[in-house]
Amino acid sequence: MLKELLNKEDIDRAITRMAHEIIERNKGIEKLCLIGIQRGGVYLSNRLAAKIKNIEKKDIPVGSLDIAFYRDDLNIRKEQPVVRRTEINFEINEMKIILVDDVLFTGRSIRAAMDALMDIGRPSLIQLAVLVDRGHRELPIKADYVGKNIPTSRLETVVVQFAEESGEDKVILQKEETDA
Amino acid sequence: MLKSKDLLGIKELTAEEITLVLNTAAGFRDVIARDIKKVPALRGKTTVNLFFEPSTRTRTSFELAAKRLSTDVINFSVPTSSVVKGESLIDTAMTVQALGADFIIIRHSSSGVPHLLSNKLKASIINAGDGINEHPTQALLDAFTIREKKGDFRNLKIAIVGDIAHSRVAKSNIYSLTKLGAKVRLIGPPTLIPRNIEQLGVEVFHVMEEGLQDVDVIMMLRIQMERQDKGFFPTTEEYVKNWCLTSKRLSFAKKDAIVMHPGPMNRGIEITSEVADGASSVILEQVTNGIAIRMAVMYLLSGSRK
Repeated sequence: MLKELLNKEDIDRAITRMAHEIIERNKGIEKLCLIGIQRGGVYLSNRLAAKIKNIEKKDIPVGSLDIAFYRDDLNIRKEQPVVRRTEINFEINEMKIILVDDVLFTGRSIRAAMDALMDIGRPSLIQLAVLVDRGHRELPIKADYVGKNIPTSRLETVVVQFAEESGEDKVILQKEETDA
Repeated sequence: MLKSKDLLGIKELTAEEITLVLNTAAGFRDVIARDIKKVPALRGKTTVNLFFEPSTRTRTSFELAAKRLSTDVINFSVPTSSVVKGESLIDTAMTVQALGADFIIIRHSSSGVPHLLSNKLKASIINAGDGINEHPTQALLDAFTIREKKGDFRNLKIAIVGDIAHSRVAKSNIYSLTKLGAKVRLIGPPTLIPRNIEQLGVEVFHVMEEGLQDVDVIMMLRIQMERQDKGFFPTTEEYVKNWCLTSKRLSFAKKDAIVMHPGPMNRGIEITSEVADGASSVILEQVTNGIAIRMAVMYLLSGSRK
């Protein structure tokens, strides 16, 4: 069963608001950079960067981060996660990193991403921006910027689609069909 | 995903599997370019290097790859023996497995040894060179290097030059490059190119200048000096005269052609220093890429073992 939670306009408004919040909270964009977690976070970080540029009239550095090697489930997954590129072409030492992901769920990806970042350098701080927070945290992790809080059941899946990949921006709730 | 728990040869892989290894290695290239060149992906696993043949670069490369994946590495020293002692080889491998090895990297002078162990052991066997059969990770790192420099394999003309008959590097490269869609040419004296090798989908040239015409990639092979006694070619001087890659011969290839060599090089015999150190040479990049490829292979095999 599918249910559309956010459409193109909802997503755009949420990203615009998040961009403003990021600038306000950090009092500008000095030493600020965005790093998106592969893959959904990468699209979102590019969108956020464009919005921030619109507001501040300046580019901020954007990178992508793959967390496959830092996952805590490598030993128990059936298949190895696909490895994608980590492209951070700037020094992250002393930078304020906005870590960006599409959906915040258990928090385990964020833990892996923070470990990966610490192996790349020593940022002065890391903040977390997500388009959807669906709850069910398994680690003490909280987002600083949230596009939309969507309470879900564990049986459901939140799918974020970006035009770059699937031709259309939308957030869908997928319910697993059960016999019960 | 790789279908097998082992990497025995390129012959056993599909083009999709080869491409998966190359894509995964790109991620590891990012890792080994950082200050902290290590990831926790295979923490708690154990790698055993079981080398029955002398090797410094391949063993070191595997050792670094294993360490950068956070596995513990043991170099199991084996007395060099030219004879496969059936049972005792398997016993050695079983012992290594009993010590807790998850990965066994094996090099042996006899073809087929990794395949033999593959059936007996639960550990992932990685072939680091077996006799004159295959050296799969060398071919994978070569393919990775070519893809980085040239992009798509289709439409590429790639020449492999030298002692094809005794080269496991050449064998693995022929399998991999033809599977990836490149046009492969073999160049060398008739005594060093197996008959009917055209059946593998390659072209054969016995005049170097003709074979190098318009190629995108030149892969030189190490000439194994010990073979000189066996009469495969009359004298070293004559070999140099006909088969050494000089700047002049290089000029027959495309302007932007790259020159590769698996090492160790015999400078002045199969390749001049001018070419080996020249602008077309990617020989040192091959060495760096080798670590990324071996990390990718171990990472992927770890998934196939479950």
